Amino acid sequence: MTAILALIKKDLILFRSDRRALLLSLLMPIVLGSFFGYLFGGTGSTEHAKIDIALTMQDHSDIGNKIAAGLRADPTLHIIDMPQAEAQQQVTKGKLNAAIVIPAGFGDQAGAALFGQNAKPDITVYYDPSQNMVLPMVKGVLTQQVMQVVTADMFGGPGGKKMVADSLARLEAANEKDATNAYPALHDLLKSVLHFQDQIAKDDTDTTSATVVHGMSMPFATVDQALTSGPNKYNGYAHSFAGMSVQFILFMAIDAGIGILLARRMGVWNRLLAAPITVTTLLTARGLSCAIIACALQCFIFAVAGLLFHVSIDGSMAGFIGIIVSFSLMTASFGLLIAAFGRTPEAARGLAVFATLIMVMLGGAWVPAFLFPQWLQTFTLAIPTRWAVDGLDAMTWRGLGFDAAVAPIAVLLGFAVLFGGLAVWKFGRATPNEAH
Amino acid sequence: MNNPPLLRVVDLVKSYGERRAVDSISFQVERGQTLGLIGPNGAGKSTTVSMLCGLLRPDSGQVFIDGQTLTAGNSAVKQKIGLVPQDLALIDDLSARENLKLFGAMYGLKGAVLKSRCDEVLALVKLEDRAGDKPGTFSGGMKRRLNIAAAMLHDPQLLILDEPTVGVDPQSRNAIFDSLELIKSQGRTLIYTSHYMEEVERLADHIVIIDHGKLLANESPQALHRRLPAQAALQVDLAQAASAAVLEQLTRQHGVTGVEGDAQNIHILLTDGAYAMPVLNWLTAQAGTATHFATAKTRLEDIFLSLTGRRLRD
Repeated sequence: MTAILALIKKDLILFRSDRRALLLSLLMPIVLGSFFGYLFGGTGSTEHAKIDIALTMQDHSDIGNKIAAGLRADPTLHIIDMPQAEAQQQVTKGKLNAAIVIPAGFGDQAGAALFGQNAKPDITVYYDPSQNMVLPMVKGVLTQQVMQVVTADMFGGPGGKKMVADSLARLEAANEKDATNAYPALHDLLKSVLHFQDQIAKDDTDTTSATVVHGMSMPFATVDQALTSGPNKYNGYAHSFAGMSVQFILFMAIDAGIGILLARRMGVWNRLLAAPITVTTLLTARGLSCAIIACALQCFIFAVAGLLFHVSIDGSMAGFIGIIVSFSLMTASFGLLIAAFGRTPEAARGLAVFATLIMVMLGGAWVPAFLFPQWLQTFTLAIPTRWAVDGLDAMTWRGLGFDAAVAPIAVLLGFAVLFGGLAVWKFGRATPNEAH
Repeated sequence: MNNPPLLRVVDLVKSYGERRAVDSISFQVERGQTLGLIGPNGAGKSTTVSMLCGLLRPDSGQVFIDGQTLTAGNSAVKQKIGLVPQDLALIDDLSARENLKLFGAMYGLKGAVLKSRCDEVLALVKLEDRAGDKPGTFSGGMKRRLNIAAAMLHDPQLLILDEPTVGVDPQSRNAIFDSLELIKSQGRTLIYTSHYMEEVERLADHIVIIDHGKLLANESPQALHRRLPAQAALQVDLAQAASAAVLEQLTRQHGVTGVEGDAQNIHILLTDGAYAMPVLNWLTAQAGTATHFATAKTRLEDIFLSLTGRRLRD
């Protein structure tokens, strides 16, 4: 026990004495966690970023102007008026996500097309292919605005009245030429619509209230409510700090593993083994010191997240501690695995960084795992970092109880045993001549 | 009843693939004795040392320390050994004292005993005033001395020094030797491996020479010297080159076993140093004035080269 404690103390002193590495281990996850947290919605108290869209208005009709006004009023869009050529250029350069071109005569053509009498006019939408998530969103907002404005005009506006009157006149003229071509039902319908339009115009003149919109409108309104079990709303920083702490603690474990390889190269490893201790003692001490450092780092990172960004443990504190400890043990055994399978420090570092980045990426540390395709979400359940990030999410902003931490803790401890066992086995095979 | 030798090595064998690094080596070291273990590069010294420390498991054969077999997990036996490895097995970012505390703890030392032992070994290697400094700031010689101190902490019965003076300047080497001679004077048992024959000659009471994994010699330095026909040498530089006839007659002078060098700078091998003056007198009478002469005893290096050959090793 004296030997293990001395070895752990040595590792802790060495970690503390390397101030640059210590600073990086603490600072980098905080800086990146803050950045990603801001991108993913921050504390939820700030407005969502609007999407920059160019609008080229070639139709200056009443309908066209109303559509433009509707788009400008939409809370998700930031409309910038500009000529078509410039809009195309801005989207091509990636400066704007999309551009909408409303062509000349659109209002008249759209009204006629509503009743199927004319060909549909085109609205061109240019979009940045790297931002293709924006296209369906822009099309949705555009559809809503156009339908609302065009149908309102058809049922109550001057354009609609003119179109109905023209249609009625054409029908009556045709009826005079050929009585067999009479459409009494259509004639009655158009007469009724004309009467309805006159009535609405009269009502609009009489009323002093705000303008009443006639025509189609969205037949529902959504009530958006974020659901978490905790008392607070979603905090994007909670997820990003979980992800970044997992990433940088794994990097720390790489250094711990490389440290073993360097100790072997420098002869310190053999010098220690010349004492009455075993390889297992050395590995256990290294694993425990790595786990202690990982726990301390994660606690510090979440403390900073709490102070700066109000990240709190809304779920079970015991579950949070359990996940931190089990992740730290998994991390430590990952470091041992690197040392066991790495032949040289240089080769091991490259391989370990690659493996860590893959684990971090698939674990949802960069972007939440729910954005992955379904098959990938299922596959990533085999990645320990996924359980760590999901577990930390569950204990922080999701505010879930200890029962939600049990599975992540069990899986992370399972990986710790697997990695640690493989490391001990490999060390035994790699040094078969050592008198352990 | 007599005590058993502190170290007894019996038919030690170790192979790496087809190559036999150590081939049935046997020797022993008595208590208080200093054994010089020498051999060319690749002779099997390091492999032997690793097996003596329990770092390598031999394919066959046994190592007995103080009568007990060195086997897997025999901590009590390993406790009796102190290793000064060839590599500077120190942690640069820990102070000298912290390094010593770490290695002391590996042998179960703690608390006041550990602190006291740290002070003692630091004084032994004359580093007490640098105890708080990191080895990264030390010279090569100081690091080597700290390496020795780390091996002495737990007061081992057997101290194994694997090339402890590699890469240090003459002053540092001298300081290391002062420490080693002090350790030796305390009656401790040492095994010393080195490429420097004069070091082994200065320290060892008994010498083991190995090459190609085989034991070539296992005897006292005096016995080794007796193996060579020449026990002394006479170097004579003449003012003028000697004639071939004089050189031929020189080889037949009493006590002369060989003549090397050229006709003006002659290296004469003698069966005993006592023949040096008569031979010198005869030579100057035959070949004229000598500008310089010197006598020397045969060196361990001569014996080593005669046993292992002069072929260049890797």
